[in-house]
Amino acid sequence: MQLNERDIRALCQQILSYSQADQTEVLFLGNQSALTRFAVNHIHQNVADEDAQVSIRCVVGKRVGVVNTNALDEATLRATVARASEIARRQPENPEWRSLPGPAPLSHAPAFSEATAAYTPEARAQAVQTIIKLAKDKGFEAAGAFETNVQHIAVANSLGVWAYEPRTEAECHAVVMADDNGSGYTQRMGTDASTFDVEAMAREAVETADRSRNPIELEIGEYETVLDTYAVAEMIQNLAFMGLNAQAQREGHGPFVGRLGQPVAAPAITLANDPLNPLTMAASFDFEGQPIQRTTLIDHGTAKAVISDSFNALLEDQPNTGNALPAPNTWGPLALNLALAAGDQSLAELIKGVERGIYVTRFHYTNPVHPVKAIFTGMTRDGTFLIEHGEVTRPVKSFRFVQGIFEALRDVRGIGREQRLAKDYVPVLAPALHVGAWSFTGVQREVQ
Amino acid sequence: MTMGFVAARPSGAVSTARVSHPTYAVPAYLTPVSIPKATSEHYERAYFLMNDLATAALNVAQVQGASYADVRVVERTTEGISVKNGNVDGIASGTARGFNVRVLVNGAWGFAASAIMTTQEAERVAAQAVRIARASGMAAGTPARLSPLAPQRGTYTTPIQIDPFQVPLDDKIRLLLDADAAMRSVAGIAVATGNMEYAREQKLFMSTEGSAVTQTLYDCGAAIVAVAVDAQSGEMQQRSYPNSFGRQAGTAGYEFVTAMHLAENAPRIAEEAVKLLTAKQLEPGVRTIILDGPQVAIQVHESCGHPIELDRVLGMEAGFVGKSFLTTDKLGHYMYGSEHVNIVADATTPLALGSFGWDDEGVPAQSTNIVSNGLFTGYLMSRDTAPLLGLSSNGCVRADGWNRLPMIRMPNVSLQPGTWKLDDLIADTADGLYLCTNRSWSIDNLRLNFQFATEVGWEIKDGKLGAMVKNPTYTGITPEFWRSCDAVCDRDHWVVWGTPNCGKGEPMQAMRTGHGAAPARFRDVRTGVGALK
Repeated sequence: MQLNERDIRALCQQILSYSQADQTEVLFLGNQSALTRFAVNHIHQNVADEDAQVSIRCVVGKRVGVVNTNALDEATLRATVARASEIARRQPENPEWRSLPGPAPLSHAPAFSEATAAYTPEARAQAVQTIIKLAKDKGFEAAGAFETNVQHIAVANSLGVWAYEPRTEAECHAVVMADDNGSGYTQRMGTDASTFDVEAMAREAVETADRSRNPIELEIGEYETVLDTYAVAEMIQNLAFMGLNAQAQREGHGPFVGRLGQPVAAPAITLANDPLNPLTMAASFDFEGQPIQRTTLIDHGTAKAVISDSFNALLEDQPNTGNALPAPNTWGPLALNLALAAGDQSLAELIKGVERGIYVTRFHYTNPVHPVKAIFTGMTRDGTFLIEHGEVTRPVKSFRFVQGIFEALRDVRGIGREQRLAKDYVPVLAPALHVGAWSFTGVQREVQ
Repeated sequence: MTMGFVAARPSGAVSTARVSHPTYAVPAYLTPVSIPKATSEHYERAYFLMNDLATAALNVAQVQGASYADVRVVERTTEGISVKNGNVDGIASGTARGFNVRVLVNGAWGFAASAIMTTQEAERVAAQAVRIARASGMAAGTPARLSPLAPQRGTYTTPIQIDPFQVPLDDKIRLLLDADAAMRSVAGIAVATGNMEYAREQKLFMSTEGSAVTQTLYDCGAAIVAVAVDAQSGEMQQRSYPNSFGRQAGTAGYEFVTAMHLAENAPRIAEEAVKLLTAKQLEPGVRTIILDGPQVAIQVHESCGHPIELDRVLGMEAGFVGKSFLTTDKLGHYMYGSEHVNIVADATTPLALGSFGWDDEGVPAQSTNIVSNGLFTGYLMSRDTAPLLGLSSNGCVRADGWNRLPMIRMPNVSLQPGTWKLDDLIADTADGLYLCTNRSWSIDNLRLNFQFATEVGWEIKDGKLGAMVKNPTYTGITPEFWRSCDAVCDRDHWVVWGTPNCGKGEPMQAMRTGHGAAPARFRDVRTGVGALK
């Protein structure tokens, strides 16, 4: 399927012309996705799919209906528009509804890479071969995935919005296992798959796996801790999921409730949603075709702002930061370009600053425990080490932790100068952090 | 106090454990079911189209070198309604259709999918799947072998009483808004929400081994949530009904939703949410706990359902969420739990969210004993993993829609009922906690170390429910925890809880699973870990 702006725009305009609703919006998503998955040193799952779907939002008075379909023939599209209008007409008015957004100027985002779009199953297999070979050379086992996606996203509405952007996304990660207790991790993501140095990635995971064999069981408790980039990214993702947005703020259940304007982190901490930063998954507009604004959420330690979408911005008469998800969205706006500002220390320097503590490569299966208190839990994984006298000395068994995010951010004692884009569910650009205390509450343990 | 969803349970939700089918004889309940009249013409047209597509794809795959190929043609229509604080928060309807081709070439897998429903596209996609399989061969493992399967033929339709798509939209909105109003009638509720979702999935499976089965599956579910906020203290508490994180759902019609009596239960959960704001914080300690049915269900899901997935055990998920402590040397030898713990994986449980006619490899739905009187006895398997243990697939493979690879997924993994009445169990507990409705979950990459939080807890003192406690958490190591189980409530308390959003695989797939559960008691459990300040 060949997709281009002219044809997509013609399709969207055609759909708008079918609608008798007061306002109508078309969100077009065309995807070409491929993913090569490997485990036990071989490719075991290898998939590709192509899809193009439209989501049609019709507004009648203060009533909204949304219907989507991936059958793009005229009869289905006419029926889909009619159904969206019918759904709107058959519901009570929502007094909080204001309007679809109008047009706004868009910047250009470095969102597309020809190299990623041209990536083949053979190229992915070759990259995977490299990772497997380096693991096998040490007698280790590798598992992971290499994904390349092309997305054509477009938004048109009856108020004159037209936004189109081709985007690419590439992500590769691997867990390398030396044995049942020793493992390492690597991950890279970005718009351009050809920039991934898979050999360096493999070395990173193999070396950690090698070093993490024969871990000791350390007592649970609070430890000074160095969180590597992967762990920091996942912590920030949890903060985003807890609701750093106007909706959670208004309803009283987000982490910034009662904290806006207050210090929530050390002065060196600045967290922003930074959509045009080429190190993030850059994008110029959200799922309503509105420009994604650069929004500083934590400014030098102070809770500064929350993000919004058109519904929340119009309801509160505030500027729209452009962080809408596809409608209908009951979760509230979500930041997809989060970046935690870098510091000035190397990872070795961060570790050097710890007399006795823990180094964490990454987290596993984290979840919020209390969103207003910003407390989350999870495990450490793929390389947890004891730091003694400023040096990593011994591997330790994976810990469970229960930790307040603001408590950790307030006690940041060092920030890494290298940022890495890491993704659990949403990508976050993050440096490593040295925090004064991290609360480890349990240990992974086998039972005979 | 009403005990969760028990009182509102639809009749017939209880199933009995079945012995695994030793062969692949088609069970009697899979006899063809007539297609509902309203959709038959559409469906017949669609069937012929699907059949042509699938045949074209299978032919091309074989000609290009596939030793085995299968095709799934899927159309899924979903409608969801959300209300919040007296208003409609969102109504969305959607249909996604397409097909996929899975091929085995020289023992390596390839998979491709497309939404363009033409025979030419089917031929292109089949060829693409073969090319991808050959790329897999560049880093090949031991060639995949499939367990034997006699050609399957037939049709299965979820038995439903009321088609949720035929119920007027106004009625469905009203049902949720009535519950919403009932929650907000309680002072102190900041946010009241309700949601309902129902879906119809029609699919054809065909393989080069001669199988051709069609299924029409319905699922339907709903839930409400009351959130109370104390802005001054920064405290937020919530209560959900019938369960949390999504909704209670089953393979059923609209009757499943009306039987929940959402509005009748709304004031109770709203009052509990408000009371939680000033309830005492659970302090750390080692205690006896009784979990309610919904919390037992998620405990089974995370600490039994996932670790018995044979692909996970064999390392196929190691690059993502991890492996399993239930390694193959433990099968038939390992005490997973106490003698009171009996767990069955059953895709034939009536009304359960993980029930179907055939899995997405064409293997008939069946039942497998997973834990028998505490002993670990079975896995969830696919056709390409079972032979590695000298076994045959027990029909546990499903895909999330037309463009996703079928993989091992839980059907309904259920803790079988015991003999206790809940009142008797509480009366039999001198000092403990009664914990209800999941609020948070986390488990390690071998499924050993877990931590759960529930929305609410009550102290049990001298056999009686006492003070409410807030922010309750408990943690443990899976086999130690299940070995500490000394009582499970009986069939009167047993409900199949639906998990509509189980995540697994890359690209991530969300699957619908079911978990029969009744309240159960566990001894010497660490609670109040990381007590919130």
